[in-house]
Amino acid sequence: MARTHITAVVNGDETEFLAEDGTSLLNALRDEVGLTGAKEGCGTGDCGSCSVMIDDKVTTSCLVFAPEANGATILTVEGLADSGQLHPLQQCFLEGAALQCGICTPGFLIAAKALLDKNPDPTETEIRYALAGNLCRCTGYDKIIRAVQEAAREMRGQ
Amino acid sequence: MAITEENPGYKWVGTRPIRPDGLEKVTGKAQFGADLMLPGMLFGKVVRSPHAHARIVSIDTTAAEAMVGVKAVITGSDFPDLAANGAHASDIDVASNAIAREKVLYEGHVVAAVAATTRDQAEAAAKAVEVTYEVLPHVLTVDEAMADGAPLLHEGMITKGVDPAPENPSNVASKILHERGDLDQGFGEAHVVVEREFTTKPVHQGYIEPHAAVADANTDGRAHIWCSSQGHFQMRAYSATVLGVSPGNLKVTAAEIGGGFGGKTVIYLEPLAVRLSQRAGRPVKLVMDRDEVFRATGPTSGTRIRVKMGVSEDGKITAAEVWMAYEAGAFSGSPVGAAGMTAIACYDIPNFVVEGYDVVCNKPRVAAYRAPGAPMAAFAVESVLDELARDIGMDPIDIRLANAAVEGTQASYGPKFPRIGFVETLEAIKDHPNYTADLGPNQGRGVSAGFWFNAGMMSSATVHINENGSATVVTGSPDIGGSRQSMALMAAEELGIPYESIKAVVADTETVGFNDVTGGSRVTLATGAAVVDACRIIVEDLRARAAKTWDVEVDQVEWVEGQAQHVEGTQPPLSLNDLAAKSGRTGGPISANASLNSRGVGAGFSTQLCDVEVDPETGVTRVVRYLTAQDAGRAISPDYVEGQMQGGVVQGIGWALNEEYIHNPDGVMENPSFLDYRIPVASDLPMIDCAIVEVPNPAHPYGVRGVGEVGIVPPMAAVGNAIRDAIDVRMTDLPMSPVRILEALNEQSD
Repeated sequence: MARTHITAVVNGDETEFLAEDGTSLLNALRDEVGLTGAKEGCGTGDCGSCSVMIDDKVTTSCLVFAPEANGATILTVEGLADSGQLHPLQQCFLEGAALQCGICTPGFLIAAKALLDKNPDPTETEIRYALAGNLCRCTGYDKIIRAVQEAAREMRGQ
Repeated sequence: MAITEENPGYKWVGTRPIRPDGLEKVTGKAQFGADLMLPGMLFGKVVRSPHAHARIVSIDTTAAEAMVGVKAVITGSDFPDLAANGAHASDIDVASNAIAREKVLYEGHVVAAVAATTRDQAEAAAKAVEVTYEVLPHVLTVDEAMADGAPLLHEGMITKGVDPAPENPSNVASKILHERGDLDQGFGEAHVVVEREFTTKPVHQGYIEPHAAVADANTDGRAHIWCSSQGHFQMRAYSATVLGVSPGNLKVTAAEIGGGFGGKTVIYLEPLAVRLSQRAGRPVKLVMDRDEVFRATGPTSGTRIRVKMGVSEDGKITAAEVWMAYEAGAFSGSPVGAAGMTAIACYDIPNFVVEGYDVVCNKPRVAAYRAPGAPMAAFAVESVLDELARDIGMDPIDIRLANAAVEGTQASYGPKFPRIGFVETLEAIKDHPNYTADLGPNQGRGVSAGFWFNAGMMSSATVHINENGSATVVTGSPDIGGSRQSMALMAAEELGIPYESIKAVVADTETVGFNDVTGGSRVTLATGAAVVDACRIIVEDLRARAAKTWDVEVDQVEWVEGQAQHVEGTQPPLSLNDLAAKSGRTGGPISANASLNSRGVGAGFSTQLCDVEVDPETGVTRVVRYLTAQDAGRAISPDYVEGQMQGGVVQGIGWALNEEYIHNPDGVMENPSFLDYRIPVASDLPMIDCAIVEVPNPAHPYGVRGVGEVGIVPPMAAVGNAIRDAIDVRMTDLPMSPVRILEALNEQSD
């Protein structure tokens, strides 16, 4: 099958890759671009493990066809740290033990970043609803919610 | 401050530093099961049965093999026939579950597998494998499977544990029985007797990472497997059995594991990937879809359980009678044995009979799930105990305190308990502000307790001192929830060097000694003890080297805070750095191995307090407050102890309120997705409050008991008892979904 040539800005770099029309952006990022931080937990958009930001909007990349991302700006977990400096969310997840197995962590970090970009001072309930599309089976969410609260405080300079 | 049991004066144990593998996991670098790519790697796809029970008449792979990009197609006939070879029955079951030979026993049972150059080609080839089935009648529940004249899964299955043995085969694989005292006398002494019947549905472990394996086989019979599992030595053993090769021919590297909860202690894909790789001569990756995970892996048993208990006026349990039947799925081995041992283990009961049945049916073979078997039994027993407390007007904590097992109590399953902390967990709940917090309209409060043995088993560890005095701690226990941190903390405490100077790693099957699975809450206990042993060997070695350097007797040397000190202070101390830098002059590299079969487990108890609000219009139950108290023995790594406690509770809340396998009458699962099999999400829940209780296990150097499992035992009854408190209805069937709550409310008003 002929493959489509796709150009996108991935984690700040202009990136070119090929993908069949039916290939998900998730599989293209993982197999063609070599970024395996986004995970497939379900393939049906229900678990959020594959969350990436496409043009500043959090998206389940398993439900996007790779050619749809042509011309887009994509942020994956690999692009969250800035020149080796961890994003406050990454630091707070580490310090707050907000991960156990870690498979859902990339998706949570992206979804939490999308929330804090729009709402720098969310309530606990707002955080819980913003992250309701991301499944975690290990933590019971408690420490994840607290880590997002702490990161929000730090990012507000408090 | 005085050094006491409560304050043992540890520098590292009990602290909350950042976990050793954390950075990789927040930056996307960590390599999980599906993340590995090898040059020339093929993609595999498994062909699964659409029928719950059928005879395989024929499998035609010709069309699939002829397709573009297809490099290998395998079926059951590509594996040794273990039954014909006289193998052990349990090995035959492992092999038959990995790939069917004559019959498929559940929808999703593997019948063939393909490997091709792309995912799409593999998918297409899998669809082109033509399997002809003769469909057989099936049984889906214990009720159907135990009925007279039920279709049989295994023609030769004679119930074990019954004397004399039955003459005819059935779907009942075994019976278990525990009894003590005189049941009639016990019930005769009771002031109140309550009897209820409960059912629970199969539920899945629900790990977010689907099963994945990559295999790279050589032509000489050796192969390298990378897989996400709870025990790569176990994967090696099972794969060797199914493939008919020596375990030494297989090297297994543990990928990071994206959750398991017991469900990744068994093999599914590994031997298939090896055989495909052998046939194709190239590496092969097999990854399950979520749909396959639901249809063919896990779950834990659906059950039917009857409990009858009596209490005296002052709340002493006089007798308990428990009958239970557990679905095993397609092959024997439900956790009814553990259920029978744990059901009433929290309490000191003079008269009881606990009877259980392991029942096969046409569903996926059950796999371990966090305290396997105990949660369903506890749901039944703790619900009945709640009714008894209400009937005699006793506080739910007080009735449990009146009957609690303590040190010296003869456990219902046999041995006498050594030091245990059940009473302390009950008191921790009673002392917490949640216990007396105000409840609003339609809100209710429930208490429940649970017991789990915790496992010990075999572990190995190697500790290397690097040339600058830092240390590498090597084990073979996959880190499923922070165990690298607990290994590093114990090593830091033993060696007297900073936690940050220690790297804890999980090595492959050729780089470290044997380790049993990461399961049974055993890793911090048993693998941790191996790490402690190895560190102590190193400390002895370091003292000897310092003595040699100073030309004194070794008993003149103490190891204090990471340095050798002369007891009389006549020599300047030698730090670990000094000794490591000069190791070449004192005997060579500093390194030690330790292997052990655990010297003793420490039983775990949890007591939990749940507040719910039930919406009488919709039947929706919302957990508004939750407190869990658990005896950790010693919390080496409190962050991750709390994580285990909170995670277990939330899985239990899902089990209580939402989760269930739904099969249609043909035996086909109807909800194999996270949309339709709904696990709890962040917006469903409150914070989960934790009270860590520390009653040290005398058999571990730091008092560890193990914390992974017991937290899932109490939640279903805690939620059910809270619902009972809120709306005056006793729910006896899981899940307590909105529909069932509304039905119960309607019955109540009729």
